[in-house]
Amino acid sequence: MSTQTDGSAGAPARTYSSYSRNVALRVLMTREMAIVVALVVVYLYALGNIQFFDGPLTLFNLSKEYAPILMMALPMTLIIITGEIDLSVASTLGVSAAVTGVLVIEHDLSVPTAAVLAVVVGAVLGALNGFFVAYVGLPSLAVTIGTLALYRGLAEGLIQDKRIAGFPDTWQDWPTERIGETQYPNIVIPVVVLVVVFAVLLHFTTFGRGVFEIGLSDEAAHFSGVNVARTKLVLFTLSGAVAALAGVYVALKANSVATDTGAGFELKVIAGVLLGGVSIFGGRGALHGVVAGVLLIAVLNSALQLDGQGSEVIQIIIGLLLVGSVIASSNLSRVRALLPRRAVKTAARSTTTPPTPTPGDDTRKVVQ
Amino acid sequence: MTTSAPRDAAAPLTLALRDVAKSFGAVQALKSGTLEVAPGSIHALVGENGAGKSTLVKIIAGVHRRDAGVFELLGDAVDFGSTAESKAAGVAVIYQEPTLFPDLSVAENIFMGRQPLGRGRRIDRARMHADSEALFARLGVSLDPRREARGLSIADQQIIEIAKAISLDAALLVMDEPTAALSGVEVQRLFAVARSLRDEGRALVFISHRFDEVFDLCDTVTVMRDGAYVSTSRVAETTESEIVSRMVGREVAELFPKTAATIGDVVLDVQGLSAAGEFHDISFQVRSGEIVGLAGLVGAGRSEIARAIFGVDAYDEGSVSVDGRPIAARRPRRAIRAGIAFVPEDRRQQGLVIEGSVARNIASIIRRRLSLGGLLTSRAENRAAAPWASTLQVKTSALDMRAATMSGGNQQKVVLAKWLATEPRLLIIDEPTRGIDVGTKSEVHRLLSDLAGEGLAILMISSELPEVLGMADRVLVVCEGRITADIPREEATPELVMAAATRSAATTPPAPTASSDKEPVA
Repeated sequence: MSTQTDGSAGAPARTYSSYSRNVALRVLMTREMAIVVALVVVYLYALGNIQFFDGPLTLFNLSKEYAPILMMALPMTLIIITGEIDLSVASTLGVSAAVTGVLVIEHDLSVPTAAVLAVVVGAVLGALNGFFVAYVGLPSLAVTIGTLALYRGLAEGLIQDKRIAGFPDTWQDWPTERIGETQYPNIVIPVVVLVVVFAVLLHFTTFGRGVFEIGLSDEAAHFSGVNVARTKLVLFTLSGAVAALAGVYVALKANSVATDTGAGFELKVIAGVLLGGVSIFGGRGALHGVVAGVLLIAVLNSALQLDGQGSEVIQIIIGLLLVGSVIASSNLSRVRALLPRRAVKTAARSTTTPPTPTPGDDTRKVVQ
Repeated sequence: MTTSAPRDAAAPLTLALRDVAKSFGAVQALKSGTLEVAPGSIHALVGENGAGKSTLVKIIAGVHRRDAGVFELLGDAVDFGSTAESKAAGVAVIYQEPTLFPDLSVAENIFMGRQPLGRGRRIDRARMHADSEALFARLGVSLDPRREARGLSIADQQIIEIAKAISLDAALLVMDEPTAALSGVEVQRLFAVARSLRDEGRALVFISHRFDEVFDLCDTVTVMRDGAYVSTSRVAETTESEIVSRMVGREVAELFPKTAATIGDVVLDVQGLSAAGEFHDISFQVRSGEIVGLAGLVGAGRSEIARAIFGVDAYDEGSVSVDGRPIAARRPRRAIRAGIAFVPEDRRQQGLVIEGSVARNIASIIRRRLSLGGLLTSRAENRAAAPWASTLQVKTSALDMRAATMSGGNQQKVVLAKWLATEPRLLIIDEPTRGIDVGTKSEVHRLLSDLAGEGLAILMISSELPEVLGMADRVLVVCEGRITADIPREEATPELVMAAATRSAATTPPAPTASSDKEPVA
């Protein structure tokens, strides 16, 4: 519309800086960065002080154990940013592991075929959650607590009292083989790909902007033409599919499937997401924080185990860390407010003082 | 009317408010409110939207404290700091939609916080129920005190509030538009109850936009306008047209500089739009360069019509088309693509992602266009947002400031920037200047006028009569979900609009569309 040019004719064109704080403050003073720093500190400390932490197996085992957690944390991040939650991921993982196991071992399907089918099943289970949340309008907490039990029941029904073990060697070994000479198993490759995909989806697409808007105000998002229901359906479907992929991996890694495969993983996933600085109320969070959050839990776990601590100590420490991060993040904004802002005075003037119309105040002539 | 109580000079007035003032920040909601109510009288309080009635009621109820003026109850000076104090002093306020505890029983709602106690401080339910039944018998209604409040009609909920008031022996009952959501039979029952309370010597204040009800029920009427007292007269000695002219009697300020624009082809064409319980058979057109004002009382269904056109709400029947092309219902995205921009009434909840940044808000609709190969960067958003922020003279130091930190006027500019960036064909704007300061207000008006001059079609909903009359080329008046008048600019007068806005209530029984489907307890 020509207003854009006409409009500024009567009033001086204003210029705006894009950011109120400089690059350093903007990047460093975030919850995500706090977790990244904590991760680095803990890692370096463990490297210097804990025996065998620098050994060749540490990062290998850690990657192997936490790959499925990190995978599931990715779509979970997006779901929590919209203000929802998916508690059924671990049960979906269980169903997927069972489907893979039954298809490969009982029905002699090839592993890739079984894996594709398992992911499809996972996507359907996720879509079911999404349907109830987005289109029926039920709270996701209730829906996914229900499907947490329901899907676990499905997994148990598939396995019953059968012993499902012994995948074909080539497929069983691949995920946990080292990448060349590195300390990392092959599973790290698909995990990194997924991290990149989800980071782009969340931070560099219109879909991702919609995710944040829904979390901040789903009504405003709706009024801006964001399809709130479809966005949520897509996210839950993705969550189911990724959990299923993790399920295939877990089955292959263990070379067997049990009724309780993956049970309890949902809490580790959610803990990682929240520790990574994602607000449980929605609207805030970043994927690099979540990656750091999950890795922090992984490194702590592994360091404390090597240090000979019992699982109770590990649990307590991770629990304290989670509570602490919630307290810290709610106080971070207060700390941030004390730091210098660019053009504090103009900001304050434009927001707090009621604009008094004076004849000489040319800024209020929009269009003549 | 026949038994309207004459004013007894000896008895003190039940309520006396004189020259009461109240400001909220820079906004003076009430300049000099005066209201004197005698015992045994039903007193009507009328005025346009924003005349200060609600503020006055809230001062009586103890919600707000007055800044200045006299406030006497039964001859004693009072100053309520809370609703509890006002209740204790004998004031009961019944709102249009009472707020009961839906999960508690009827009797528990009546005796909330003062349940009769039996032995061992246990609640004496039998007595509570018996007392409730006695109250209902006195009011001549049959309600089961044991049933839960959920699912009760608005009328029954009001009866519960009235029963509560009587059980507190309230001397003054204030009813704020109690009939808005009631059917004809329910209104008659409410009136019967009101008359019996009056005959007991209580004073009632009745706020209504329906003049037939004022003339049917009340004996005295006080008119307010622009936060100030205008007149008080005996209902028997006045006429409807007298009251209307007192309600609107003011000059249309020169704040509204709508300049002549070439009116072109039809942009928006709405045919037979209906939604059960909201609006009925709405048909109108808006042409390029034209500002069509949608006037009417709050709750008449204007916003609902706008929301249905834009597609955020559903409608049952009818069609909407832009530039001759029909638009699917319930698809805001398609409405946007067809060229509709919609600035909703509630800026903080609907117009903006209030916790989001200025840049993201401005770019929120156009961001699909800004992404390259599916990738969208903050840099692209900032670059697109800055010129629009500049065009609208949004006052902010940086584009990453949260919208929540800005003044209402600046927020409204951000909403406008976000929609103008889409280069719309039609702008629907609901209460364009609500809650924004005078300076920004005239900026917005000038902007709308210029946009119309450039060929934009504008549908403007406003509850401010001067704004509608000053800005609109054509005024459509909505009353109880129907368009009751279509008045061209030259003929539009405050009296004509006001009469049309209250017309269907005065001439026809309450339209079923407006009252039947209201949810009783949320």
